Amino acid sequence: MRLSDLPQNLAATVTAVEALGPADPIARRLRDLGFVQGEPIRVVAQGPVRRDPLLVQIGYTRFALRKTEAARVQVNPGPGSA
Amino acid sequence: MSAAALRVALVGNPNCGKTALFNLLTGSRQKVANYAGATVERKEGRLLTPAGRSLQILDLPGAYSFDAASPDEVITRDICYGEHPEEPAPDLIVCVADATNLRLHLRFVLEVMRLQRPMLLALNMSDAAKKRGIHIDLPGLQRRLGIPVVETVAVHHNGATELLRQIDAQHLPPLPDTHAFGEDLHAEVRALLAATVQMPTRTARIDDAIDRVVLHPVAGLAILAVAMFLMFQAVFSWAQPLMDGIDVGVKWLGDVLTNALPEGVLRSLLRDGLFAGLGGVLVFLPQILILFFFILVLEESGYLPRAAFLLDRLMFKAGLTGRAFIPLLSSFACAIPGIMATRSIQDARDRLTTILVAPLMTCSARLPVYTLLIAAFIPQRSVLGIFNLQGVVLFALYFTGIASALAVATVIKRLRSDRSEHALLMELPSYRVPHLRDLAISLKERAMIFLKRVGGIILALTVLLWFLSSFPAPPAGFSGAAIDYSFAGRIGHLLQPLFAPIGFGWEICIALIPGLAAREVAVSALGTVYAMSGDGDALAAQLGSTIAQHWSLATALSLLAWYVFAPQCLSTLAVIRRETNSMKVVLIAAGYLFALAYGASFITYHTALWLGS
Repeated sequence: MRLSDLPQNLAATVTAVEALGPADPIARRLRDLGFVQGEPIRVVAQGPVRRDPLLVQIGYTRFALRKTEAARVQVNPGPGSA
Repeated sequence: MSAAALRVALVGNPNCGKTALFNLLTGSRQKVANYAGATVERKEGRLLTPAGRSLQILDLPGAYSFDAASPDEVITRDICYGEHPEEPAPDLIVCVADATNLRLHLRFVLEVMRLQRPMLLALNMSDAAKKRGIHIDLPGLQRRLGIPVVETVAVHHNGATELLRQIDAQHLPPLPDTHAFGEDLHAEVRALLAATVQMPTRTARIDDAIDRVVLHPVAGLAILAVAMFLMFQAVFSWAQPLMDGIDVGVKWLGDVLTNALPEGVLRSLLRDGLFAGLGGVLVFLPQILILFFFILVLEESGYLPRAAFLLDRLMFKAGLTGRAFIPLLSSFACAIPGIMATRSIQDARDRLTTILVAPLMTCSARLPVYTLLIAAFIPQRSVLGIFNLQGVVLFALYFTGIASALAVATVIKRLRSDRSEHALLMELPSYRVPHLRDLAISLKERAMIFLKRVGGIILALTVLLWFLSSFPAPPAGFSGAAIDYSFAGRIGHLLQPLFAPIGFGWEICIALIPGLAAREVAVSALGTVYAMSGDGDALAAQLGSTIAQHWSLATALSLLAWYVFAPQCLSTLAVIRRETNSMKVVLIAAGYLFALAYGASFITYHTALWLGS
């Protein structure tokens, strides 16, 4: 499922980051920031309006992502293997 | 002393405490400027190591990756690659990483190692890491990376001792050997962490607890509202006595120093040109210092990105970003600190939009003009039994400003050719107690930037306006006001046909010219035009009844509409010029604001005439 659809506080694992188009700087940046396969991930908070943006905990870091950005990240609910 | 200083660059992720380390190393021996052709700040400092080695330290902008996504990161990449046109590659790179966040920061460290330049790694905030029970096997990490690794604590006065000892220990560390690294840097980081770091919990519990409240949809917004109210209140009212004090003080100083001179041109130039200009510059300082004190505390404590998180959705709809909120709010006090505060918006496109709409926020200098006109033309009548009509009009003026800022931002979003998605992708760092030394250094920087870069322009313009309003002097026997005979008066008369369609007489046109120095000056200029003497409230009361007789209601409403939009403030244009480094942006801002002002006044004037007033 997409990170943008992941319920709050449900532990999940990143499976992939999908690029929108051939050169998608946002997808590249997400990968640089550690959104890579096997990384444990969790949505810890949601913005007050239309639950956007999302606050995502990945590794030891928290990132705010707009939903369009989070939709690029594919996740698997459940604790990861890595 | 050895020939040339060793050029050292501090490189690292945003939020790694790099600037605090830079402050610790260089103290007040810092030079802050901009990189040529960019609005990115260049910070350099000097230092002598215990062994007597002279270092020239460059604090490079924070970067997550050399795959640059912002102007800041481009500068960092170009300098590290040795491709910057004016900045040579550093002799030594000190890579700074947050010891509590190695999973993110080590990846960039590996990327920097690939440059094959002499470097060492500083594990910053090592005290916080120890407190959280994070154990790092320093010798192990050093062996696996093949570069010297030291621990630093930027907030302790001897927190960089190890770093300096390491720099003194050898001429330059050996080049890093990156052959063992695979393509997948994330995999390398995982392997390094598994072998050298023991980490009990993922994040600090305290952060989780604070975030649960601060980011709560209801409680979080309430806390934000209180924080913003306090800040706004402080900028608006605490600054006022200081501003009045500066105003009176500089005027007094000007009088005292020029009293010895005979009445004449030189005295007038010094008193009404130079000292008035000096006062005009210094008067902004209290607001700038108070506002930046709050912004720096919010930024350093980690709250600012949280506020941006809460507001992003609302601002994004209008083509802005959550981070634009504080600069825009500050612009209600004054657009000058507001525009300077846009430096906390990393994305260049978002920053530009924010700068362009900031002058639409109703700044405090418009208030004297509003109060004068409202008192003179709007009757004291109650609306719906509870509201005062004068208050309703004042509210409408403020509201028009906000609504048009959102509308203009939306139009900019539609018009711009670059339709690409700009990410929020913002790190929310751990909460920290702001460090006094870092606050003081940053505050001093802001003040110097304002005085050095904007002050000169404001001073020059004030002297120019003084010249236009004072020359040529009227001949003996001239019956009108002296300003009427001056260049400013002539320009006012020349402009009159242009402003006739929006109902401005020549008196208003003349007052608009000195009003360019600061909006509120228009009030005293009107007083001069109507040949009145006096100061402050007395003048305003007298002037109010005079203009009520001379002007139609339509003209007064038209002038109110004009002041909502018109870039009647050269200082704002000067600060836009400095903050964007572009005359084009200044022309665009002035052009669209004048067009809006003229359009709004035209519609207001003719609607009012048509309604029969």
